Amino acid sequence: MVMKNDLLKEIANKRILILDGAMGTMIQRYPLEEPDFRGEDFKNHPYPLKGNNDLLSITRPDIIKAIHAEYFQAGADIVETNTFSGTTIAQADYHLENQVYRLNYESAKIAREVADEFTVREPQKPRFVAGSMGPTNKTCSMSPNVNDPGFRAVTFDELVTAYTEQVNGLLDGGADLLLIETVFDTLNAKAALYACLNVFEERGKEWPIIVSGTITDQSGRTLSGQTAEAFLISVSHVDLFAVGFNCALGAKDLRPYLQTISEKAPFFVSAYPNAGLPNEFGQYDESPEQMGMQIREFLELGLVNILGGCCGTTPDHIKVMAKIAKEYAPRQIPMVAEIYE
Amino acid sequence: MSTINILKKELKLSGLEPLVCSKAANFINIGERTNVTGSKKFLDYIKNEQYEEALSIALDQVRGGAQVLDVNMDEGMIDGEKAMVRFLNLIASEPEIARIPIMIDSSKWHIIEAGLKCVQGKCIVNSISLKGGETEFLQQAKILRKFGAATVVMAFDEKGQADSFERRIEICKRSYDLLVQKVKFPPEEIIFDPNIFPVATGMEEHRNNAIDFFRATTWIKNNLPGAKISGGVSNVSFSFRGNNRVREAMHAAFLYHGIKAGMDMGIVNPSMLEVYDNVPKDLLEHVEDVILNRREDATERLLEFAEKVKGSAKKKEEDLSWRDNIVEERLKYALVKGVVEYIDVDTEEARQKATHPLQVIEGPLMDGMNVVGDLFGSGKMFLPQVVKSARVMKKAVAYLLPFIEAEKTAESRKQGKILLATVKGDVHDIGKNIVGVVLACNNFEIIDLGVMVPTNQILDVAEKEQVDIIGLSGLITPSLDEMVSVAKEMQRRGLKIPLLIGGATTSKIHTAVKIDQQYDEPVVHVLDASRSVPVVASLLNEEKRPDFVKNLSLEYDEMRNRHKNKALIKDYLNYSEASANRFKPNWSKHVPKMPSFLGVRSYKEFSLAKLRTFIDWTPFFSTWELHGKYPQILEDKMVGGEAKKLFDDANRLLDRIIQEKWIQARGTIAFFPAYSKGDDIFVDHTLDGKYSYTLHHLRQQNKKGQQLPNLCLSDFIAPKESGVRDYIGAFSVTTGIGIEPHIQRFEAEHDDYNSIMLKALADRLAEAFAECMHEMVRKDLWGYAPLEDFSNDELIREKYTGIRPAPGYPACPDHTEKTLLFNLLGGAEHTGITLTESMAMYPTAAVSGWYFSHPEAKYFGVGKISKDQVIDYAKRKGMAVEVIEKWLAPNLNYDLD
Repeated sequence: MVMKNDLLKEIANKRILILDGAMGTMIQRYPLEEPDFRGEDFKNHPYPLKGNNDLLSITRPDIIKAIHAEYFQAGADIVETNTFSGTTIAQADYHLENQVYRLNYESAKIAREVADEFTVREPQKPRFVAGSMGPTNKTCSMSPNVNDPGFRAVTFDELVTAYTEQVNGLLDGGADLLLIETVFDTLNAKAALYACLNVFEERGKEWPIIVSGTITDQSGRTLSGQTAEAFLISVSHVDLFAVGFNCALGAKDLRPYLQTISEKAPFFVSAYPNAGLPNEFGQYDESPEQMGMQIREFLELGLVNILGGCCGTTPDHIKVMAKIAKEYAPRQIPMVAEIYE
Repeated sequence: MSTINILKKELKLSGLEPLVCSKAANFINIGERTNVTGSKKFLDYIKNEQYEEALSIALDQVRGGAQVLDVNMDEGMIDGEKAMVRFLNLIASEPEIARIPIMIDSSKWHIIEAGLKCVQGKCIVNSISLKGGETEFLQQAKILRKFGAATVVMAFDEKGQADSFERRIEICKRSYDLLVQKVKFPPEEIIFDPNIFPVATGMEEHRNNAIDFFRATTWIKNNLPGAKISGGVSNVSFSFRGNNRVREAMHAAFLYHGIKAGMDMGIVNPSMLEVYDNVPKDLLEHVEDVILNRREDATERLLEFAEKVKGSAKKKEEDLSWRDNIVEERLKYALVKGVVEYIDVDTEEARQKATHPLQVIEGPLMDGMNVVGDLFGSGKMFLPQVVKSARVMKKAVAYLLPFIEAEKTAESRKQGKILLATVKGDVHDIGKNIVGVVLACNNFEIIDLGVMVPTNQILDVAEKEQVDIIGLSGLITPSLDEMVSVAKEMQRRGLKIPLLIGGATTSKIHTAVKIDQQYDEPVVHVLDASRSVPVVASLLNEEKRPDFVKNLSLEYDEMRNRHKNKALIKDYLNYSEASANRFKPNWSKHVPKMPSFLGVRSYKEFSLAKLRTFIDWTPFFSTWELHGKYPQILEDKMVGGEAKKLFDDANRLLDRIIQEKWIQARGTIAFFPAYSKGDDIFVDHTLDGKYSYTLHHLRQQNKKGQQLPNLCLSDFIAPKESGVRDYIGAFSVTTGIGIEPHIQRFEAEHDDYNSIMLKALADRLAEAFAECMHEMVRKDLWGYAPLEDFSNDELIREKYTGIRPAPGYPACPDHTEKTLLFNLLGGAEHTGITLTESMAMYPTAAVSGWYFSHPEAKYFGVGKISKDQVIDYAKRKGMAVEVIEKWLAPNLNYDLD
């Protein structure tokens, strides 16, 4: 039997892998209120829980599973677990720090179940589960206090502790790979990588990792100020499965930065942009077809190996992407020279 | 297809920007002045915690040409770990410095590790070595791998520091093999420091110090593939401390030969680097004699020569030409570049020029911040720079505050307490800070909670501090939702204070539609900082507040209504799916009221005096491009005067119109039994039970959340199978009959003012008639809401039960149905209205529509629809698809060829 790890690489060498689209956008289609988020388990939790989407993996797994299934149905090879805010740091807002392991475990478990159902049904197209690791809501290399730029709301060590717990939950729940995503502060991502490496060391086994940064605006930088190439260099010490960008920009605006990464990264390259730029309601309204047109440009240029959607994308978007991606060969990873100049 | 890219094996470092140590890069300067062991000045700053000054040394290094910044805090008198963390964190917020990679320099591992946890880029650690044995060395190297740091390896082992060529290569080789083989350390990330020792010390054994370094360098380059060479260059000239001229020449010569031997980088003072070719020939010759150990008496000769060239050291001046500009320009420069050094001096100068200190803020400082805002908006500045600018601003304001205070009269006190915060998940706060500054300058007390503030914290502080207003800011889109949550929570906690909303992605429409409805107290979108003062002043002023709030909520209501009809749709259901997801009222619970009459009834000369009381004046002012709500607009500072004049003229003309019966108001209404079938409504227009008249409606097709229906007007009429007897109403009103001669008269007199005025008033009267008629229908003629009692304002805000949608408007966008409507009403003869070929009503002062009485009937927009529905609709109407597509063009979710 081929190891999952190798299987993923094998497939990525042959064709473009399809990642799922937005979770939040899909959850918004359900009119969920406070009791939905609380379920039985958190009925008496003393703080409001509405908006804690990750919690739905425990309290409304039916919804999360249905969304995973919709994405697989649309043609995704990989779905992301519903754990974007599944760290003690992010969950502190809801006073649910003690639920973090469970949250990640359950999220990975239900995604695993759906993935396995599809794999059994279509063995020629195995489905994978990526453990989503969000950036948390605190930045490790910027100060939230304008009067004290040396202040930090979170430390590297705190991030490592938080991510370690998340990674353990995700892997125990059955994630095939880890996705450190929406990186707005590279130091946060480095802490996540640090945690992954520690866990791998303890378990004596490695899992594929994708690091996906976010270019915040037209300046072409991450929120913490790094250029695309500086970002790539800062995370390249780990033998990543893939590196790329998601969120913030639509496909069109993402292209130049993706091009930089594509030229210079010795890893696979992933991209899952938003459905365009948000309108005045913070909603994304690029249609699957519009987005498809722009994605086509990525593919014409041979920029990507893994393709998916972020904010505002739906199974319809993924369906279009999956269809278009079939027409193109994946990007080839650049060769690394054998000798030094 | 493109050929496969080949990536070179190179040392790649990063700060905010990449630094590739390629062959082309030649030599990398590592700035040395931010080192407490090498710079007395830097040490003093750190000791005294003068971090801002310490940062300016770093900035000097960068501006002087440093490509990497060496930071060292190894000094017995200071807490090295704390100082390292503090300084690196501060550097991270100075984009001009943070641009380049950091070299974390310490002989203490715990300081190195603490430093690594502060740096987002790929940095260099300086250094590890075999000094403490293999186990420790490898363990440290492993940890460095997890951080992704490159490392300097000192030529040092258990036996001590390498001081000969042989010892140097022995230790370097052993270190290299261990790192590459045992830890898989990338060779290009190993940087050897083969020890640069002083020459010309007078000691015999030091004569070959430089040469041994060069030889070791070459050997490493030839034998340890990929490895890099660095060293602390200033060491070589240690004997000539105090004579910078000679030292610079020695450094230049050392580097020249070192680079030739293969040196890749060096720790230097980049501001003090002399170019090899610029060193005077005689000095160079003396220096090289020493460095290359070319003569027995080289040291003595150089010492002698040195006496002659003392002083006159080279110091590259930073470019200060901007200091020559006028003070306004200097302030702008300082804000844009984030330069704090001169801000007090410049602010003082500006203050002396100004009549009041506040003018400095409102004038040059705000101008500078506007430039910052523009640059940020266009992607020419990025976040850390903007934050830096904000700091300069704060400094300037802090300088001015005592002067502003002093100017105030004794009884002046804070006008109110305002809490500001950037919401959870967002770090953008420049706008919020500017608002804070501007408000503080206007004598409000500001509590600024900073960025990423969780809801509970905001509200806890608000309650504890009993603030008067909460202001939320956010720049990224998820903040919009977060603001909604805060508003909800304020409602839940029962707060009674206004909420201000600001920030780039926020908008008035979003505030009106999404946030305002969550919270009973006023929620005000503040467009920019300059608007914040009048808004806050109005909210905190007992007299102004009621009008302000009323005005605001009227405005929001109108925005919401407008918005309702253009809600966003991005994906669509099949028509059949949409139909299945119709709105299904419980017909067993609602018994439709039978109207007071069935058939058509006309009001030929309705009382204009009565209609006058129903006029909504706000759109009248809009027509004249005076924007604002009536009646507040009459008191408006800017346009109040003009508005008042216009209003008086309008009323004078109205008096004449009514008294002299210039126009006739005619209204026609009709009620018929009706049932719905699918999206059609079948009308018993002949009252013979045949229901042979068919009206056609369109259904929303955008995907909805669970339990939200895809609406169609027919949903509000009972279907036949329900067995419920239901009714539909139709109406048309016009106040344009007889208007033409008067218009012509005004035009003949070239009196455009009155001509436009008359038309505008007729339009208003027609709208008023529709409103008035609808009220009569609800209370009396249909009579399903006999007890309602609304003010004119509330009517305008559509508080009533039942709706009166008009063909051509969002709920029934097909204009062609107007023909059917007017047929039902008895045609032009009855209504006094004719339809143009494009379905416009004439006279233009006219309104028409349907009446629906169902209590859950509401206004909505059909939005975009798909081809499947269009085909079905065309069939139902007996029209060609292409024809109906033309009428419905704005509503199609597909393009017409």
